[in-house]
Amino acid sequence: MNRTAMLLAAATALAATAPAHGEDYRAQALAMMKRDFHAKGIAGTDRLNFDAVQALCNQTSDKPPKEIADVLQRDQFETIRFPADGKYLGNWASGEKIAQSGRGMTWGDKATGPNGGSCYNCHQIGPKETSFGTLGPPLYQFGKLRGYGIENQKYVWGKIYNSKATNLCSNMPRFGHSGTLTEAQIRDLVALLLDPKSPVNSQ
Amino acid sequence: MKHRVRAFVALTGIALACGAIAQQKPAAAGDAKDRVTADFEKFRAVLEEDNPAELFEAKGEELWKARRGPKNVSLAETCDLGLGVGVVKGAYVQTPRYFADVDRVMDVERRIVHCMVTHQGYSLADLSKKPFSSLDRTPDPVNLVTYVAGQSRGMKIAVPQKHAKEREAFGIGREIFAVRAGPWDFACTTCHGEDGKRIRTQNLPNLATREGSLRAYQGWPGYRMTGGVMHTLQWRMNDCFRQQRFPEPAYVSDSITALLTFLGATANGQVYKGPGIKR
Repeated sequence: MNRTAMLLAAATALAATAPAHGEDYRAQALAMMKRDFHAKGIAGTDRLNFDAVQALCNQTSDKPPKEIADVLQRDQFETIRFPADGKYLGNWASGEKIAQSGRGMTWGDKATGPNGGSCYNCHQIGPKETSFGTLGPPLYQFGKLRGYGIENQKYVWGKIYNSKATNLCSNMPRFGHSGTLTEAQIRDLVALLLDPKSPVNSQ
Repeated sequence: MKHRVRAFVALTGIALACGAIAQQKPAAAGDAKDRVTADFEKFRAVLEEDNPAELFEAKGEELWKARRGPKNVSLAETCDLGLGVGVVKGAYVQTPRYFADVDRVMDVERRIVHCMVTHQGYSLADLSKKPFSSLDRTPDPVNLVTYVAGQSRGMKIAVPQKHAKEREAFGIGREIFAVRAGPWDFACTTCHGEDGKRIRTQNLPNLATREGSLRAYQGWPGYRMTGGVMHTLQWRMNDCFRQQRFPEPAYVSDSITALLTFLGATANGQVYKGPGIKR
């Protein structure tokens, strides 16, 4: 039994202690969705199957017990592929375009992309874009405030690649892990936040 | 009137653009958004004096009363929306509800489609093929739902929770609302589970609250200025799942009825203002 399977067993045991009523509706809801939802375009019905992170976050309403969360976060961290050449900063101007685009992964999108990061849907980023969402923290001046060094570059890379490695039930998608963004695109997004010349870090 | 609506729509577009251009500094961007929203609300108020939804209500009334379909009967003389055959007054704000004849809970669009199939002889497969409005086509159920919704204008939302199956639909709907899945790990709650959040410039109601769920119930059926078409809650739920990166829910399915029961009953006791305009 590997670590993930063990955790899932633990999560299932946790579930058994939840109120019977809610659990019953949960099970009925999942069965109903499996009945009612069909594949369309690139969105197959396999998307309704949970991975370990989704299962645990659903089970605990995004408040997993720390011991389990820590282990799963380490698993998620291991999925992150850091750039082989050690180069984290791409082109911030391309990064801005990726941050603007909300394309990708819906039943209306193509599998071939290119996808966007939908970043502005949730974050304030560059100084010129006033149409930004507030579901995530503001990132304007991110590099200036948090530092441009290699440690922060790695942190941002990891956050974009797999946000669940640092915050298991984060609302943010796992853009690298899910195959939404390519390594080159992530490099450009890191530059958008951490290139000292990026308008994100302008005076 | 159609002409006037177009003019207003164009004007609104200009006002929104000006609002965005006038404000470029990030520090005050939040204020700019609030101003854009306020501008839009002003235009909506003006527009609703000549509410484009009424065109669709009128068409829906015609369809409700006409003898149609392979069986050549009218919905007015056959269809029971929960308050008796042919009764439309107040029916919208009391759905979804349990219907004994089918032993299940149905939302209003599902019930209307059920009547079109059972009484008028239309095929469910045909009605499900292209159930949502496009620029050149408004499906009959959309017009019918808009008419029925208009007949609840100004009435209090009273989605029944007496029958065991109505309570079950609510419980299941609340669970569906919270399911995180798919490549982006999204649930309905990801965007609609907190107060005071925005996606881009669009304010996001917290649909698990009484006030927030009213905003969902209130908005539809709505004439959507983006695209210039009439949409119902069936479409709204479908398009949310698209953006959630989920597979597609079947038209008028149990899952959608459950979600609408959860949203509707959560909004209970508040006044429904009738079909209107959406950004």
